Amino acid sequence: MLRLAPWISLLALAAAWEIFARSGAVTPFMLPRLSVVLERIGADAASGELWQNLGMTLYRSLLGFMIATTIGILLGFAVTQNRFARWLLDPLVSVGFPMPKIAFLPIITLWLGFHDLSKISMVVFDAVFPVVTATIAATAGVERHLLWSARNLGARPRELLREVVFPAALPQIMTGLQVALPIALIVCIVAEMKMGGIGLGGAMITASRFADSPGVFAGILEIAIAGYVLVKLMALLRRRLLAWHPEAEAPATV
Amino acid sequence: MKYLPLLLLALLWEAIVRFGLVSPDLLPSLSDVLSAAWKLAREGDLWGNGLASLARGGAGLALAVVAGAVLGILMAWWRSVDAFVGPLVEALYPMPKSALIPVTVLWLGFGDGSKILLIFLGCMLPVTLAAYNGARSCEQALVWSARSLGASRLRVLWDVVVPSALPELVNGVRTALALTFVLLVSSELIVARSGLGYLIGFLGEGGVYDAMFAVVLVVAFLGFFADRLYQRATRRVLAWRE
Repeated sequence: MLRLAPWISLLALAAAWEIFARSGAVTPFMLPRLSVVLERIGADAASGELWQNLGMTLYRSLLGFMIATTIGILLGFAVTQNRFARWLLDPLVSVGFPMPKIAFLPIITLWLGFHDLSKISMVVFDAVFPVVTATIAATAGVERHLLWSARNLGARPRELLREVVFPAALPQIMTGLQVALPIALIVCIVAEMKMGGIGLGGAMITASRFADSPGVFAGILEIAIAGYVLVKLMALLRRRLLAWHPEAEAPATV
Repeated sequence: MKYLPLLLLALLWEAIVRFGLVSPDLLPSLSDVLSAAWKLAREGDLWGNGLASLARGGAGLALAVVAGAVLGILMAWWRSVDAFVGPLVEALYPMPKSALIPVTVLWLGFGDGSKILLIFLGCMLPVTLAAYNGARSCEQALVWSARSLGASRLRVLWDVVVPSALPELVNGVRTALALTFVLLVSSELIVARSGLGYLIGFLGEGGVYDAMFAVVLVVAFLGFFADRLYQRATRRVLAWRE
């Protein structure tokens, strides 16, 4: 029974939605029936509109995420390896990290226009912070004994970085990436909602302007599924990359 | 002294605009931005919209913390709650919260209600998960000792499980606090008739860029100071853990 519980509760939620929407307690505008929403998703998929919007959103958020990952890891290493970089970046990162970066969206639009470039830049700007902070914490937390032994065995600074520091820091860096990925998706969708155009966020805001509530709910389901799949893939990637690490023995969690 | 680079950055900003390296239409000088901020504050635009935003954020976050903490601890305490609610939490947790903006507008319109609901829905799950993980990390031996000393189940829940969930919970609420600002600003930028996010969008569309930059900075630093204040306050609350 408990093993089936996940499916039972998801099915129960779906059934509750359908029944509640059919009961007449709410108007179809407030909550369209689940079956109507699913039909809508099917129609969008058949017409290709869904794939176009999904592809655009994924392209922007994943490209932004990858750029943020590269920049974030490089900056993080720079901060721990280089005195000047630490002096310059440490205060910027610690002030920037808790800021709601999304408030800068209108400024980025002002500078870079309404197209992909500004959306992707917004994603990079927002997703880079968790990567940098995780990389700094991870490299700072590498065990001294590992460094000493490697140096003793004759490792040069660059080898030390590649062969010892990076692998030892990887678990925590991956945690940072797992935080950054949903942020990338959230920010991408907000930027799309603000600026309109092709993409899941843009499609949803158009649907909402035209009071097309099945369109709005279809958007939510699509985005929720996309988010879930991305997060799961990231967890899989983590297990793959860290197969050598003791944590891989532990049972999988979220 | 630690923040010297920020000061240099501010000077650099002022200098590149003063020396005409960038057009003031793209980047108003810092001094113009500050005087625009002063003007907004004096004319009251900042206070009215700021209060509207803070009230929405506070209400949504407070509801999310209470509901999230209760749900998380219940999930950790009763296996059956965990078995049925857990999968829903897991399925909904990675959902990009901003997707809910159009729905909350559909339900509650353009005003305060839709923002409060959005922040409540968006912030509840991180708090739930933190409370759940914290309560589960409670040492079983402590629970057994309390039970054998004659504490009732409810007493154990309150005196043992809740305090041991607190450190994780405090972290979860910090995440939720940051998320509150993000959701607040996003939803106000996209659909609102008041609030700081609305003010940013309004000034930007009107081309009053020095004032727009001013409000962006105000929002960013509000987020920053809220986080610092929260950390300072919670360090005191958790002082007994040392």
